[in-house]
Amino acid sequence: MSIVECVDVQKTYHQGKVQVHALRGISLSIEKGGFVALAGPSGSGKTTMLNMIGGLDQADSGRIVVGGKVFENMNQSQIADLRLYNVGFVFQAYNLIPVLSAIENVEFVMLLQGIPADERQKRAKAILDEVGLENKYDRRPAELSGGQQQRVAVARAIVSNPSIVLADEPTANLDSVTGNGLLKIMKDMNEIKKVTFIFSTHDSMVMDYARRIIYLRDGQIAKDKIK
Amino acid sequence: MYENRSVIYFQLAWRNIWRNPRRTIVIMLAVIIGVWSMVFLGALMRGLEVGMIKNGIATLTGNIQIHHQEYRNDPVIDHSITDTREVKAALKQTLPPGARWSFRVRVSAIASNARHSSRVTLVGIDPKHEAAVSFIGQAVTRGRYLGPRDTYGIVVGQALVDMFDTKIGHKLVLMSQASDGEIASKAFRIIGVFRAEMLATEKQFAFVTLPVAQHMLKLNEGISEISIALSNDQDTKRLATALKAKLPSDTYDIDPWWDLLPILNAYLELSDGFVFIWYVVVFISMGFGIINTMLMAVFERIREFGLFKAMGMKPGWIIREVLLESFLLLVIGMVFGNISGLITVLAFSTNGIDLSALAAGAEFAGISRMLYPVIYGMDIAIANLVVLVLGILVSLYPAARAARFTPVEALAHT
Repeated sequence: MSIVECVDVQKTYHQGKVQVHALRGISLSIEKGGFVALAGPSGSGKTTMLNMIGGLDQADSGRIVVGGKVFENMNQSQIADLRLYNVGFVFQAYNLIPVLSAIENVEFVMLLQGIPADERQKRAKAILDEVGLENKYDRRPAELSGGQQQRVAVARAIVSNPSIVLADEPTANLDSVTGNGLLKIMKDMNEIKKVTFIFSTHDSMVMDYARRIIYLRDGQIAKDKIK
Repeated sequence: MYENRSVIYFQLAWRNIWRNPRRTIVIMLAVIIGVWSMVFLGALMRGLEVGMIKNGIATLTGNIQIHHQEYRNDPVIDHSITDTREVKAALKQTLPPGARWSFRVRVSAIASNARHSSRVTLVGIDPKHEAAVSFIGQAVTRGRYLGPRDTYGIVVGQALVDMFDTKIGHKLVLMSQASDGEIASKAFRIIGVFRAEMLATEKQFAFVTLPVAQHMLKLNEGISEISIALSNDQDTKRLATALKAKLPSDTYDIDPWWDLLPILNAYLELSDGFVFIWYVVVFISMGFGIINTMLMAVFERIREFGLFKAMGMKPGWIIREVLLESFLLLVIGMVFGNISGLITVLAFSTNGIDLSALAAGAEFAGISRMLYPVIYGMDIAIANLVVLVLGILVSLYPAARAARFTPVEALAHT
């Protein structure tokens, strides 16, 4: 069963008088529970595709369906709700809220969802323990290493049990050992919790972990490899 | 659910405003100084008003006056109240126990001695009753106050004594028109010298006993005015109306102090507007600081707002978050601004501010030599409301900017 379906998605950016065709009619389908990498060189459209799937950006044309919901039939508020309840994000630059501690960052999404405080704390602690950050609940992002910050970001992305996690080059700022540890965590989450992970990456280690690699080049799918 | 969100909004806002403590302290200082100036200078304005009203009422005006119907248009001796029985009965029936009144003769006169002459207002008073109504009972600083049997005694102001180069015990001749149209004159001996808030008062008024004035001016039992002092100025309107109902309007003219002192009244009416304009002017200078600070705070955190949106936060929630930061800045500034304003007012409220150096100019406007700041609860409420409401309004712009960033452009911001 597909959790993501894209049909002929096109996106062009205008940079002054220059037009950049980021996506040129991409069609793909990603199964629920997948561990998928969007690979390709810089400018190939990986991040743009991820943004489209997450509803962070709008396609010029084409059809995007996430969790059975068709974006073209939804307004911005409905797409925001979809992100809140169904999609988790992990960014290359971690993007934690600097004034909140690790546990508060993890709790933040659940708080927006209106989950009671006791439940929030229980789940946040459990997920931080799972990513190996026990005893670091109260550290602020500035007091954590890059790898620890990214683990907080992963914990935040999956704590509210989204059906899909979109990770934009999650290992790009990490050394190989830390990156490998993080990928193991995400793989475990994928296998245990059945969360769908979609990465944009040009890191070979991520591609090694992925069960499916979709290669993009110049805004088009160059190769779709299922291991 | 709402309560949970409120807590995190508060936590976020509180921590965000202390991200850049120096900037926060600078803008808070701006709010504190602004609110302080609103409270303190507002209290000075009100102090001026209260002083002016007090002066106006105490300087022979009283809360209410009763005259002959024509007296105020043409204050000549012909327009005196010749029979006081009807008025006395009305006063006894209408006024509450704390109210006091005094009958006076009040005419223009020429005062002269061997060297000088000047226009004065001759006031014939009942010493005992007058002392309970106007300033003169407590104002004699040298010599003595009038007694009921002082046939030749006169009390004048220090400024008149200085101007005439005279002193206690010396003679002063007063001349005025009597009721028969003839010029009446009488020689008095200065028995007391009074000081007043305003030099003009010291130069203007010369006090003798009522029977002496009536005899000199051939008025028999006639009087020029009745001045009524009330223990509570808020009763003035009600009691003036009650007296009007008791006394025939074609014979008597009954006026509250604001009709007797129209310039003061006009100033008081304008004063509220001045205070409000002052609040707005202070706020405008403060408002630019608030907008600037909030815009800087927003632009520094563009990526965060992108993250919020990516996580499903809606624009309205982001606006609320930024406005809460402004609210906290404003409230903290207002608390300290009010406290410092009240402390300053308190410091000056006992001993006042000496305006002697500006006495001539201030006096022209009826302002006392000593200024005591006065706090009105309503002024404080309006000042705080202006800061809070306008502060939140000007913060809407940075808040709206924060909510307008698209997640993609915000997250790509470096």
